[in-house]
Amino acid sequence: MEGAELAGKILSTWLTLVLGLILLPSAFGVSLGISEIYMKILVKTLEWATIRIEKGVPKESGLKSSASVGIIQRDESPMEKGLSGLRGRDFELSDAFYFSKKGLEAIVEDEVTQRFSSEELVSWNLLTRTNMNFQYISVRLTAVWVLGVLVRYCVLLPLRVTLAFIGISLLVIGTTLVGQLPDSSLKNWLSELVHLTCCRICVRALSGTIHYHNKQYRPQKGGICVANHTSPIDVLILTTDGCYAMVGQVHGGLMGIIQRAMVKACPHVWFERSEMKDRHLVTKRLKEHIADKKKLPILIFPEGTCINNTSVMMFKKGSFEIGGTIHPVAIKYNPQFGDAFWNSSKYNMVSYLLRMMTSWAIVCDVWYMPPMTREEGEDAVQFANRVKSAIAVQGGLTELPWDGGLKRAKVKDTFKEEQQKNYSKMLVGNGSL
Amino acid sequence: HGSPHSTLLEGSFDASSLLLRLYHRFRALDRNKKGYLSRVDLQQIGALAVNPLGERLAGGGGAGWEELLGEVDFPGFVRVLAHFRPVDDDDSGMRDPKQPEPLNSRMNKLRFVFQLYDLDRDGKISRHEMLQVLRLMVGVQVTEEQLESITDRTVQEADEDGDGAVSFLEFTKVRIPFSYFFFIF
Repeated sequence: MEGAELAGKILSTWLTLVLGLILLPSAFGVSLGISEIYMKILVKTLEWATIRIEKGVPKESGLKSSASVGIIQRDESPMEKGLSGLRGRDFELSDAFYFSKKGLEAIVEDEVTQRFSSEELVSWNLLTRTNMNFQYISVRLTAVWVLGVLVRYCVLLPLRVTLAFIGISLLVIGTTLVGQLPDSSLKNWLSELVHLTCCRICVRALSGTIHYHNKQYRPQKGGICVANHTSPIDVLILTTDGCYAMVGQVHGGLMGIIQRAMVKACPHVWFERSEMKDRHLVTKRLKEHIADKKKLPILIFPEGTCINNTSVMMFKKGSFEIGGTIHPVAIKYNPQFGDAFWNSSKYNMVSYLLRMMTSWAIVCDVWYMPPMTREEGEDAVQFANRVKSAIAVQGGLTELPWDGGLKRAKVKDTFKEEQQKNYSKMLVGNGSL
Repeated sequence: HGSPHSTLLEGSFDASSLLLRLYHRFRALDRNKKGYLSRVDLQQIGALAVNPLGERLAGGGGAGWEELLGEVDFPGFVRVLAHFRPVDDDDSGMRDPKQPEPLNSRMNKLRFVFQLYDLDRDGKISRHEMLQVLRLMVGVQVTEEQLESITDRTVQEADEDGDGAVSFLEFTKVRIPFSYFFFIF
């Protein structure tokens, strides 16, 4: 009896604390400064750990940081220079050596595949999962690490799970309720309120610290917002600072429930799986959406898949053919506090969320950028590349021409043919031998 | 990671850290966690797929890694890469002849590349094999006559005993620019 009473008391105090310290301030968009204090302590601890690690590493290893140096020293000169010859040179048996070397270099390390796994850290951040190259240094460091594990799994994790649960339930209930109202400005205002509150709660559920820059360029109604994609959390991060209409497939399960509830409160654009294949249908519906200036801006991730936040890959031209104003947004996570990248081949959604909730925090920067429109004589692909470059520059990410679809599929034959053309030109000149 | 693998990379700084990174690379490439690399795994590497010899290197078109090495598990992976380490300075003369030739000796590098050409592994690169490999490298960009002409010239230049094919010995006499020979870990 006493045990049950005690447990009940603890639970109710716990919930009251959560309500008072986290939920209510979220509803009003106010911060009590608790997370700031947490972050300060965290930063100090990590700095201390870094200093200890640097002291502990033996001097003769000379390995400054394995992350910044590639596995191989590469010669990046193009094929024409590397193959030591001018145009119209003859084929040599030794050419095979050149290509073997290049090929093996690619096998060891290529620009693209490395983007589909998490970024290597410069210095350890006391999480086992990032412990690739770091060895035992001292008792104190290990003790801090153990303390970290305890804090993360026994204190932070339950708290975060509670918050996430509350946040999602509120979202579903809230949007369903608001959906009952007739269309009016009151409905829109309420829908925004529910939306923003629940998003703020969910962000706290991840101990998220987000810096928004250039808020004056926040995407407007009737426009399209494009951003680089690192994880499903990107959506959460963006919607905490504004409401968007989402585009995507209808899912089953929990996601499906959330989707159906959300669409009652404000018009999102959800497609059936079969409809997604019909590009004209998709484009048509999106065009209709942005034509209505009262509707929320559409949120699209043109890369089509999650990349590990060190680079921006090819933007698919579909989103850029719709017309309308494009509002680019760059999102950059700070990997020191937690790795936000969703490696969908390695982790499913649940284990990914668990990893998120047992990291230190999610810290990221969001840059809103001035709107862009397609210029005269520019086709969709060029426009897409222009936007991609702008986002890469703003976020400090490298730009790659490769398709993120390489995560799952082979390179298109057209790329290979281009290389073959290059080589053939060298061998046979312009048709003369 | 056992010591036999470390010795393959002896001489490069911090061999165990390098091995660890190669292991992570191996894991990243091995898509279905099979424990070995298949042709498909290698073909998924974009930069390899656009390499003219990419198909041969991924093991297609003829005798590939599986035939040459068996399954490409992690030790096999490291063995192949170790071929292209720089040749040690004291490799030539001073080596104990009873010890097996190091993987990255000039001879072994030549053997590795020779096998890229010698599709049926009979120890000779026939004119037909040369044509096939060249065709792989240039795709549809070159006509059949041009290709035959290039093949004839190449085989003629290298062929010393007049048998119309390039044997391994004849192959070893080919002039190979220094920079093609290795990459630096």
